[in-house]
Amino acid sequence: MTVDAPFSIVDIRQLRKRYGDNEVLKGVDLDVRRGEVIAIIGKSGSGKSTLLRCINGLEEFQDGALHVDGQPLKHDDAKSMRELRQHVGMIFQGFNLFPHLTVGRNVMLAPTLVKKARPEANDQAARKLLARVGLAEKFDAWPDQLSGGQQQRVAIARALAMQPSVLLCDEITSALDPELVGEVLKVVESLADEGMTLLMVTHEMSFARRVSDRVVFMHAGRIHEIGPPEQIFDAPRTPELQQFLARSH
Amino acid sequence: MVEFSVWQILGNLLLAARWTVALSLIAFAGGGTVGLALLVARLRGWPGVATAVSAYVQVFQGTPLLIQLFLAYFGLGLFGINVSPWIAAGGALTLYASAYLAEIWRGCVDAIPRGQWEAADSLALSFGEKLRHVVAPQALRIAVAPTVGFLVQVIKGTALASIIGFVELTKTGTMITNATFRPFAVYACVALMYFALCWPVSAFSKRLERKMRRDR
Repeated sequence: MTVDAPFSIVDIRQLRKRYGDNEVLKGVDLDVRRGEVIAIIGKSGSGKSTLLRCINGLEEFQDGALHVDGQPLKHDDAKSMRELRQHVGMIFQGFNLFPHLTVGRNVMLAPTLVKKARPEANDQAARKLLARVGLAEKFDAWPDQLSGGQQQRVAIARALAMQPSVLLCDEITSALDPELVGEVLKVVESLADEGMTLLMVTHEMSFARRVSDRVVFMHAGRIHEIGPPEQIFDAPRTPELQQFLARSH
Repeated sequence: MVEFSVWQILGNLLLAARWTVALSLIAFAGGGTVGLALLVARLRGWPGVATAVSAYVQVFQGTPLLIQLFLAYFGLGLFGINVSPWIAAGGALTLYASAYLAEIWRGCVDAIPRGQWEAADSLALSFGEKLRHVVAPQALRIAVAPTVGFLVQVIKGTALASIIGFVELTKTGTMITNATFRPFAVYACVALMYFALCWPVSAFSKRLERKMRRDR
């Protein structure tokens, strides 16, 4: 096994994913360095969400290899998946908070179960994380009492509670009312500033340009273009990217 | 003909109702345990299990409970196994209830959005932790009404065990009728007893649902 560590935290080689006869990822290579912020853009159906979901094993791939922090992803090995998922946090378009738990308990659940965190330390850590996303006073609130933007910020705190090395963001502002997008992006930007490795599928082009180190343009199951934001947005080389950018403005 | 006062009829039926209650409890406990095991096996996603469980459910939902009782009582006798009405009725009702409960609870689990499983997955929760801490508490709330509804069916379904000689409420009613020739009065009392058993169960379910909504 050759891994390009210590630099690459996510290492994807010739990843192929099929749904029946429909191949949605047709050999994807991607190397993400520690602390790097990657924005993944592309039309719906281009495979960008599928790629993201492969990284923490929510989707199984049929071919290729994927390493996180040097560990290979093995779907049929529950123990190794549990280990790997502790390094990879994920935030979803639909928030997916647990509605039967208070905000505080949403944040504390996984550290309690998976990391066997001590109650007092866990409680403190959760309050600190909620303060960090600007929701210190919502510790005892229920998810359905919060706005979408607040729920998404709780989801971010919940993911951070596991102290992941990589955070995957799957269109995390797409379900929000326009006036609530900003508060969520601000939190994500602060994470990027603090050196968190981020992979985000997004439709917020100006945000992608401002925050990301590299932008990946997915088209028809492949990485069609990849490069720094200035190059991707200002000097697109392929007609597909030019067309995509023209339409998204 | 023997003269029985209404109080004597009621008293005898009340004593017999113990066996209806006992049989119901066996069916609840046994059916709940087996049903839960079937559900978990199915959710595990082991190859072939879903098909096997679904076939099991189809068999017990697709045949009358009465025939299942006959088969348990007389069928095993064919193999030289002597089955008491207790074992036959308890066994058949357990299997019957387990099939229905497995299916009812599967529906409740299916009602939990996929995103809940995925969030739990991405937080590195194990299968058991997901079930115990994320899915079950939410599914339980949905499950109360249909589960209790089915349990009431089971209480009434135990009446069929009278056919294989199990002396419970209905069988006792028949015996008293044979002695008194007052079928209407006796069976009216029998019906009253069943109602007295089922109604509190339904009422309890309503209270439980309200309480769970309040407590979340």
